Amino acid sequence: MAIDITQFLQTFYEESFEGLEIMETGLLSLDSGNAESEVINDIFRAAHSIKGGSGTFGLNAVANFTHILESLLDEMRDGRRQVTKEGVNLLLESVDCLREMLTASKEGAELDTQRIGDVHGRLEAMWGKSEAAAVVADNGNASNASTEQDAVDGWTIKFSPFSYILKTGNEPARMFKELRGLGKLSVSVITDKVPDFSELDPDECFLGWTLMLEGEIERSAIEEVFSWIEEDCDLEITPVVSNSQSIEQVPDNAPASSAGAAATPRAGASGGSESASIRVGIDKVDSVINLVGELVITQSMLSTTGEAYPLLKAGLAQLERNTRELQEQVMRMRMLPVSFVFNRFPRLVHDISQKLDKKIELKMSGEQTELDKTVIEKVTDPLVHLIRNSLDHGIEMPADRVAAGKPETGTVWLNAYHKGGNIIIEVKDDGKGIDKAVILEKAIERGLVDPGVTLDDDQILNMVFQPGFSTAKEVSDLSGRGVGMDVVRRNIVSLGGHVEISSVKGEGSTITVRLPLTLAILDGQTVEVGEENYIVPIVSIVESTQIKSEMLNYVAGKGETFMLRDEYLPVIRLYELFNSKPKHTDLTKGLLVVVEGEGKKIGLFVDDLLGQQQVVIKSLETNYKKVDGISGATILGNGSVALILDVPGLVRLSQQNSKNRLKLSA
Amino acid sequence: MATAASTQAIQIGKDGTLGREDDGAQFLSFILAGEHYGIDILRVQEIKGWTPVTRVPQTPDFMKGVLNLRGTVVPIIDMRMRFALEEVEYTPLTVVIVMSVQSDTGDRLVGIVVDAVSDVLNVGVDEIKPTPDFGETVSTEFIKGLASVEEKMVMLLDVDKLFNVAELPLDEIIEKV
Repeated sequence: MAIDITQFLQTFYEESFEGLEIMETGLLSLDSGNAESEVINDIFRAAHSIKGGSGTFGLNAVANFTHILESLLDEMRDGRRQVTKEGVNLLLESVDCLREMLTASKEGAELDTQRIGDVHGRLEAMWGKSEAAAVVADNGNASNASTEQDAVDGWTIKFSPFSYILKTGNEPARMFKELRGLGKLSVSVITDKVPDFSELDPDECFLGWTLMLEGEIERSAIEEVFSWIEEDCDLEITPVVSNSQSIEQVPDNAPASSAGAAATPRAGASGGSESASIRVGIDKVDSVINLVGELVITQSMLSTTGEAYPLLKAGLAQLERNTRELQEQVMRMRMLPVSFVFNRFPRLVHDISQKLDKKIELKMSGEQTELDKTVIEKVTDPLVHLIRNSLDHGIEMPADRVAAGKPETGTVWLNAYHKGGNIIIEVKDDGKGIDKAVILEKAIERGLVDPGVTLDDDQILNMVFQPGFSTAKEVSDLSGRGVGMDVVRRNIVSLGGHVEISSVKGEGSTITVRLPLTLAILDGQTVEVGEENYIVPIVSIVESTQIKSEMLNYVAGKGETFMLRDEYLPVIRLYELFNSKPKHTDLTKGLLVVVEGEGKKIGLFVDDLLGQQQVVIKSLETNYKKVDGISGATILGNGSVALILDVPGLVRLSQQNSKNRLKLSA
Repeated sequence: MATAASTQAIQIGKDGTLGREDDGAQFLSFILAGEHYGIDILRVQEIKGWTPVTRVPQTPDFMKGVLNLRGTVVPIIDMRMRFALEEVEYTPLTVVIVMSVQSDTGDRLVGIVVDAVSDVLNVGVDEIKPTPDFGETVSTEFIKGLASVEEKMVMLLDVDKLFNVAELPLDEIIEKV
């Protein structure tokens, strides 16, 4: 039967890109002086899978490239090669090359063959050097590794393959044969896992073996034999000085399937450590989320109708609990740990700190905090900006740091945690902080602030979010063009989030990004304007209040403002803006909902507050277009559509309407 | 199973009302202020009676509002107002035709309010006459052509041009047809 392997190609690419990420993460942790063999093993395994896969799919260039990478890693794993900074950098570069090659073959794009050839050449050069070095080390007598090996005159290998080993096409007897090529081999079989005959599955392997291998053999040579199945067995290789208990020679024709004997519980144990998962297309998840949204709406329609019938009501209450539960679970399917974004930052910090000749350490916490996939995708670029800013502007040159009495190595913290239904991501550094005087001077110079106006510290710091603001003395390719922070803020606000900055000069800065858990659902306050209902996102509501006439002020006889706790806030009469027929036109009769958007507060005048509820956000743009002051729509329990107010948009509208009087009241 | 289905398909094709052998197309015709208009029937999603909609502020008058169509928020456009015809009260006969419109951003659903739905018309390619040039007084860019059916003139509309809202700013309300 012919198998169309192209159907697996997509999976191969996905797994390979994941493998590359594992390699990158591993290499970076090596970089920080952590040459644990387990880490090198992880990297090696990832490279190995990519090599295997690319060979299968005929991507020979990738396979060849990975092969040499693998050889280098193999030497590092055995301790035959020192893990040097140059080596790690070269390996990182080759990970990039591999990524390019795989992307190119996936998308049929052009490839920068010259660069890849260059890296390939350097890899080969490095490998060749090591070969030579190894030979020298053997001929001489220095190297630690060889002295250790000199002392060994044999190895005990405890080899217990997992029960499915035979199904993977591996044959223990062949491996024994290969081992015998290395030295004198004796084998004893462990049969304690063999079940009763009635439970015996001839396709499974229940045997384990203890192998004694005599002779001056390198550990790597033994590992080589087992390299194909190292993930499918328990393997212990221990050096011995002498041995006495040889039991039997491997028969040449050891019938491997006769190995058919042993433990049924093994099978379960072997796969137990990995959590099972399946790949599902995001569109499928989204359509399930939509359907559940519909279900919630239908359910709340029913519960309004069912009020009058006690029996039905009880059933509907049950249904409501179940649908809520279902909705929560379905929403969780879209959630990913924030480590999907964070993982790229060690590399970023590594590269940039080298480029800038700074010493910087990145400390991350809360990588497992979960966030909606869409939010994760959209928050990546802003976070890259923020981290780059910290690296470029925040952390000082090592000499300056020492002069300022700080440790030479600067630290950038990246923390994620839950707080009150939001996710907080903090980017913090212990760099030079922000000089408020410089900010203020710059703001005045750019005409963003009138000279003579006194601003508090927060207001000054928040100037950095203004468009066209950059304090970098020189424009570098990292930052300094002043397009950074305002874009960061706009992106975060468009996600329904919020960004704040705090800084102490000389001690560092903290940028706090607050994000909603998901973009699909929102806590809303329903407000009444005439006969129409609108939804105000609860996140943006500061308070709701009824005002007295003495709180009202008119600027230039027209602009309405009111004073709330020593602040003058402009009033927007929603009915005027939306051209509807209100119940009240007298500001003291209705209610003012004080909302905050883009760092400014305004009062929205409405007739009344109705209930609060969670609403599923539907885009107006899907079938229509963007409407000023409206961020989306939702479907209420009675099946009708309600519009969700776009608070930052309304704030902008109010500023356009009343630029002059705002200036006066400031 | 498969054989049965295909036989049926052929029969439907032969009886002449649902399928045509030439390159013509079928149009759903509706009435607006006594005039007949036609839209490509393949674009029609569903026909439903008028139900109250949610008004969307800051939009042109002809945009009546949005409607919940089984979980999708669909804009509803009053065709009389769109064509600057005399406005009338909505009656139980007032109909909303929901259709799909192709735009740069993908397919969209739009509902139009019309006086009544009248017929399904079979129109051959050669029966579609080009729209005469009315000069600047009448905008005809969204009319695909004219067809005569039983001595009536039917204006065949190009729904994609008609509803590309982004292309049509507020002030470009078309003069009387």
